[in-house]
Amino acid sequence: MSTLHTVNKSPFERAALISALGHVRPGDALLMIEDAVVGARKRTAFAAVVEAAAKICALFVLAPDLAARGMAEKDLIEGIKTVDYGGFVDLAAKHRRVQSWL
Amino acid sequence: MAEVEAPKLPSGVRKKLMFVNRKAPHGTIYALEALEVVLISAAFEQEVCLAFLDDGVFQLVKGQNTQAIGTKNFAPTYRALGDYEITRLYVERESLAERGLATADLMPIVHEDPDDADEEKPSIQVVGRAEMATLMAEQDVLLSF
Repeated sequence: MSTLHTVNKSPFERAALISALGHVRPGDALLMIEDAVVGARKRTAFAAVVEAAAKICALFVLAPDLAARGMAEKDLIEGIKTVDYGGFVDLAAKHRRVQSWL
Repeated sequence: MAEVEAPKLPSGVRKKLMFVNRKAPHGTIYALEALEVVLISAAFEQEVCLAFLDDGVFQLVKGQNTQAIGTKNFAPTYRALGDYEITRLYVERESLAERGLATADLMPIVHEDPDDADEEKPSIQVVGRAEMATLMAEQDVLLSF
């Protein structure tokens, strides 16, 4: 009965990512899309919160959004995986519900 | 006179819906739009509840007066939700505390309990973050505003 959480805003702009990470449960997945991919970077002011959440649930970033912003896998916090659009669909299909953190 | 039947979803199933409110009222249209959809959903006989977290807790603060900003003050509408059998408004304790708010700062919202001689019961339930996450995980559908 797990949930796919999606976030689309940078943690520097809105609290959505941090709030979502505070509500994930074991077995859930959280996917960072659009400007939220910023939250997947190493050494940001929010990295410790993201790293702690990575121990509870699976964290993903949408690769096309990462590439569009000049970022690559080497820039990501350890353990965060990239998915393409097909992978996004797979995640949505795998989990019981999708919660979009606006 | 024929009894008017409430509209049903095509399959006639009853789903657990949670409306997740995370934005302060009046600055954007989200809170008002959520309330409109909540009232619509009540007509479809679903199991509806509302969650208020992050800045969404400001939606329930008492004493809101929008007269001078010239917009609709929809805050009193929350108090009418009980008449639509929407009786569960979950408010996150941590979100209140982070904003210097206490339960006493929220509007009193009640509903009549048909199982208890229509006794008035409080609709607001203050819950911790972990419990909020559990409640979210029990829903069929989460609608974010």
